[in-house]
Amino acid sequence: MAMVEIQDTKTVKGPDTGNMNDFGEAIRAALNLLITFDSDLMEIVGLSLHVSLAAIFIASIIGLPLGAAIALFRFPGRRFFSVLLNALMGLPPVVVGLIVYLSLSRSGPFGVFGLLYSPTAMIIAQVVLVTPIIAALTRQVIEDLWMEYKDQLLSLGANPVSALPTLLWDGRFSLVTAILAGFGRASAEVGAVMIVGGNIDHMTRVMTTAIALEVSKGDLALALGLGIILLCLSLGVNGAVYAVKEAAIRRHA
Amino acid sequence: MKSPTPILPLKLEDVSFEAGGKRLIKDLHCTFDAEPRSVIIGPNGAGKSLFLKICHGLIPPHTGHVQWNDANERSVRLNQAMMLQRPVMLRRSVSANIHYPLKLRKIPKSERNTLVEDALTQAGIARLRDHPARVLSIGEQQKLALARVWALKPQVLFLDEPTASLDPAATHAVEEIIRAIHAQGTKIIMTTHDLAQAKRIADEILFMFRGRLLERAPAASFFEKPENDLAQAFVKGELLWWRLGKAHRKNTDKQANT
Repeated sequence: MAMVEIQDTKTVKGPDTGNMNDFGEAIRAALNLLITFDSDLMEIVGLSLHVSLAAIFIASIIGLPLGAAIALFRFPGRRFFSVLLNALMGLPPVVVGLIVYLSLSRSGPFGVFGLLYSPTAMIIAQVVLVTPIIAALTRQVIEDLWMEYKDQLLSLGANPVSALPTLLWDGRFSLVTAILAGFGRASAEVGAVMIVGGNIDHMTRVMTTAIALEVSKGDLALALGLGIILLCLSLGVNGAVYAVKEAAIRRHA
Repeated sequence: MKSPTPILPLKLEDVSFEAGGKRLIKDLHCTFDAEPRSVIIGPNGAGKSLFLKICHGLIPPHTGHVQWNDANERSVRLNQAMMLQRPVMLRRSVSANIHYPLKLRKIPKSERNTLVEDALTQAGIARLRDHPARVLSIGEQQKLALARVWALKPQVLFLDEPTASLDPAATHAVEEIIRAIHAQGTKIIMTTHDLAQAKRIADEILFMFRGRLLERAPAASFFEKPENDLAQAFVKGELLWWRLGKAHRKNTDKQANT
């Protein structure tokens, strides 16, 4: 936003028309990129999806059982864990990026793997960012579900350990929302992937880092165009998941 | 699930339970043997559901013991079943709901399939086997809940108001299923506040009032003439029986103090 204002003061045009022109140009740029199947754009979109989906997949594998375990098991420090998870939901991406950067850099503990400035590093950073969100939301969902199911499951012969997969499965519709929240955060954040990925063209450039780059270069139309595509992508994913979820809920009540 | 040791008789000694400073179950002593169908009756808030849950092991009593004949806790747990007042259906198909507790008991798949098919047929819901359980009507859900416990072939089955919100036809169907389960050798312990139902099903009656077990008698003689004055009032359907209750409680409290 700050850049937009600077741009406006530089040009002679009034701020309103300037914005209108920017948006018009942005939409034109976006359409242009889409219609021509711009190969650079496709590469960026592809990498964005690859990184964020892989991160969500790994974060779900860790976060879902972790959240459910905190909901179901009684162990010392359980409350502390719940509070910690909730606090970690708000982790600033740049801080996560910095921590992952330090641990992956040559002198860091995982430096030997040489992962810095690779898509893998970006996935790792997003996993760190997203796992707490999925775990915290899962904990809430499973805790509520356990209230409803506890007597029934125990009566049928389950214990908290065997109830864990049951509840994850029966809470699947609500948990999809938790995973979507994680996907939203992963695909929207720029700070972490910028630091550990480095926004290298054809290597680690994703939608958000590309937008940040175009903004700093002053090509606001292209930046906005990319922004619109990112928005549509996120809308598309959410819409598709929502439709699937609704259909499934209608079937299972 | 073929347990060599019978888990019955079940013995309750001095069982009490309190919540929020209120004693909801008071000094319960009783024994349940394998054969007769025991029906627990009493007004709302008498502690019937709580009593069943304590027997079933869902709620630990504050004082006293719940003692089964079999010392093996796991075998005791897996050889009994309970139909809750509001059974929870898992978000999966009807047959998967019956499979679930069998899987927990690690019964091999082939054996499981026969048990599930049997239970579905016996409960009269075979045509619904692939339906999602949560969209069934209340009556069908109740039948499914019965089929689910039936497939377990438990030695003891607790039923908490199994027909509370059913119409006469569904009530009849559910009672038939209960009868069939009993005929297969399962001990029935159930609660109801429907006296007609108690008369139809019970071999023996346990009358509960305000957390106490006030009378226990064979069904025939209980309905002929209950000994306890509160039970008399309850059976006659006197609406003001709870006034008697106050006097009764004062009396027992006095006795307890002296």
